[in-house]
Amino acid sequence: MKTALLALASAAAIAVAAPAAAQDDVKLGVLLAFTGPLESLAPSIADGAELAAKEISDSGQFMNGATVTPVRGDSTCIDAGAATAAGERLVTSDGVAAIVGAMCSGATSAVLQNVGIPNGIVMISPSATSPALTNVEDNGLFFRTAPSDARQGEIIADMLSERDISEVALTYTNNDYGKGLADSIASAFEAKGGTITINAAHEDGKGDYSAEVAALAAAGGELLVVAGYLDQGGKGIIQASLDSGAFDTFLLPDGMVGDALVAAIGDDLDGSFGVLPGSDSDGAGVYAKLAEEAGFTPGVYSGEAYDAAALILLAMQAAQSTESADFKGKIMDIANAPGEKILPGELGKALELIANGQDVDYVGATAVELIGGGESAGSFREIEIKDGAIQTVKYR
Amino acid sequence: MEGLLNAIVLITNFAVVPGLAYGSQLALGALGVTLTFAVLRFSNFAHGETMSFGAMVAIFVTWGLQAYGVSIDPLPTALLALPAAIIVTVLFVLGTDRLIYRFYRDKRSDQVVFIIVSIGVMFVMAGLIRFIIGPNDQIFTDGARFLISARDFRDMTGLDEGLAIKTTQVITLATAAVCVLLLFWFLQKTRTGKSMRAYADNEDLATLSGIDAGRVVVIAWALSAALATIAGTLYGLDKSYKPFVFQELLLPIFAAAIVGGLGSPIGAIVGGYLIAFAEVFLTYAYKRFLGHILPDSWMPDGLAQLLATEYKFAVAFVILVITLLIRPTGLFNRRST
Repeated sequence: MKTALLALASAAAIAVAAPAAAQDDVKLGVLLAFTGPLESLAPSIADGAELAAKEISDSGQFMNGATVTPVRGDSTCIDAGAATAAGERLVTSDGVAAIVGAMCSGATSAVLQNVGIPNGIVMISPSATSPALTNVEDNGLFFRTAPSDARQGEIIADMLSERDISEVALTYTNNDYGKGLADSIASAFEAKGGTITINAAHEDGKGDYSAEVAALAAAGGELLVVAGYLDQGGKGIIQASLDSGAFDTFLLPDGMVGDALVAAIGDDLDGSFGVLPGSDSDGAGVYAKLAEEAGFTPGVYSGEAYDAAALILLAMQAAQSTESADFKGKIMDIANAPGEKILPGELGKALELIANGQDVDYVGATAVELIGGGESAGSFREIEIKDGAIQTVKYR
Repeated sequence: MEGLLNAIVLITNFAVVPGLAYGSQLALGALGVTLTFAVLRFSNFAHGETMSFGAMVAIFVTWGLQAYGVSIDPLPTALLALPAAIIVTVLFVLGTDRLIYRFYRDKRSDQVVFIIVSIGVMFVMAGLIRFIIGPNDQIFTDGARFLISARDFRDMTGLDEGLAIKTTQVITLATAAVCVLLLFWFLQKTRTGKSMRAYADNEDLATLSGIDAGRVVVIAWALSAALATIAGTLYGLDKSYKPFVFQELLLPIFAAAIVGGLGSPIGAIVGGYLIAFAEVFLTYAYKRFLGHILPDSWMPDGLAQLLATEYKFAVAFVILVITLLIRPTGLFNRRST
């Protein structure tokens, strides 16, 4: 009797332990701002990350046939406490091996400090662009496929001086992203001899921006730089400026460029110009097609999320381990040259190459090139709005 | 002289006109809050979401009307959609009362319990709205955008400064005025209105003198839902509809209702305009305004701004705190609480 029981128990133990050892299912956290001021951008970013996970999973080449299951978590955008709790849940309760996220810069640094570093979990943010994250102590665990705003600030200053504009008013959304971007625009523009007449914050999620616009109009300037969000305060500021005749030309940084803005404002936006992450590599087009087949429209930072998820999973393949400590060192190798260039949709091929011990240079949807502490070098697309449509001027 | 005219136009354009429109929207919202408080004796935190719900229904009806080619150009179609939206919202709110609030009313629960229940209702409604219409911006304004645009005004008058008046701002003001007049007529002159005021003053006495408490409660809910729908739709027309905004709007609305005195309709209106104008005038940068009226040598170097605009949110709070310290019952409330 005793032996029989023992045999039964050990058989059960083996049955339970066996799948864990083979790791046939890897969980990937997708921690994005599904609620809060950026809730309208989050779905297409999540779809991007999940598309990559599905592609890897379906290829059958990943870690000896393992599958990838994405697990969503809500990082909100403004509530660091909620973001930390969601991250904690992903790691401790769902047991994710790595996290794509978080979305906003403030939430990202909170999750990194309170969850990522203590638990030793790799995080790749597709969209946190605050310059403060460049030098953050991260034990090599934090990466981002979005470029730092310091770079964007320089590009915006270049665009302004190329157009002989010397005086601008500047307003930013009152969070880590907006403040960081506004400061980098102001310092880069002032270094070139330009004047910022006013550098004022606006709050997102308010309906009424007449007070903000009144202050901006009083300061004056040739145009208004709106470092905000296109479906948030940024749009409200532009609408109120046009309505009251305060400004008629706007410079739109990455958070502001989108068809939704043009559709919402209409012809009045003609002549405004802007910049957003983007490259003329083939990746973007291929990704757009993949997304369409998968049934979603890629929005801002959707490609970055695809790349973030792909980098994590390819690095796991290279390390043959889902332990963050093992594969965190491989991420830079995968992202950068040398090696065979990998575009979206070729993840299966990449897995095979890596399994055969060959180098890959992941290009992905956004021409990923990781520099410094593991952030995208960033190629930018300069756009201008003509006849109610966004047109590409050039790539920088 | 022209300098003075320019200065007046400037401040009208950037402070007075937007302040009036914003104040009207706050006043309508605060009226609803104050009515629920007067009759049902609790602060309804779900009021912001009720506004959002009403606006959402109005949007759907507007889309329907637009699809059938119905239009009242130059006025926005949404005005036509309002009655239907009001009916749906009133039914929804009455359903909520039936299902949820009545249970606690029958138990004669504490005021605090009602407040917590309304917060629960708020979250459920917020979720429901996002399920139905989604979290995105919806634009449903049509018709003429401007009564007069800044450029036209400049061409017409030859002044340096422009004055823009949007159609939606005029509609907001006009609708708010009509609603307020109707409401006051109802409360002062009709039998039902009088019984509502009696019930608000003393619940037990009113019930003893034969006033049907259940009917008063239903009418109070219906009125506050109707006001919420109108306020939400006007707000959406003037700015744009986005579910998230209505949670943020709750603070200035409550500040307006409390400053005026919870339970006092006149107070809610005065409170609404007070909060709106305080936000606009305290954060306005007077540099250009002064530039028009002062000689060059007197011009200030800075922006001549009392408060940076990021403190706009704080203005409502500060007014709220000052009111609670100096006159806790609000400006227009006779009853001490």
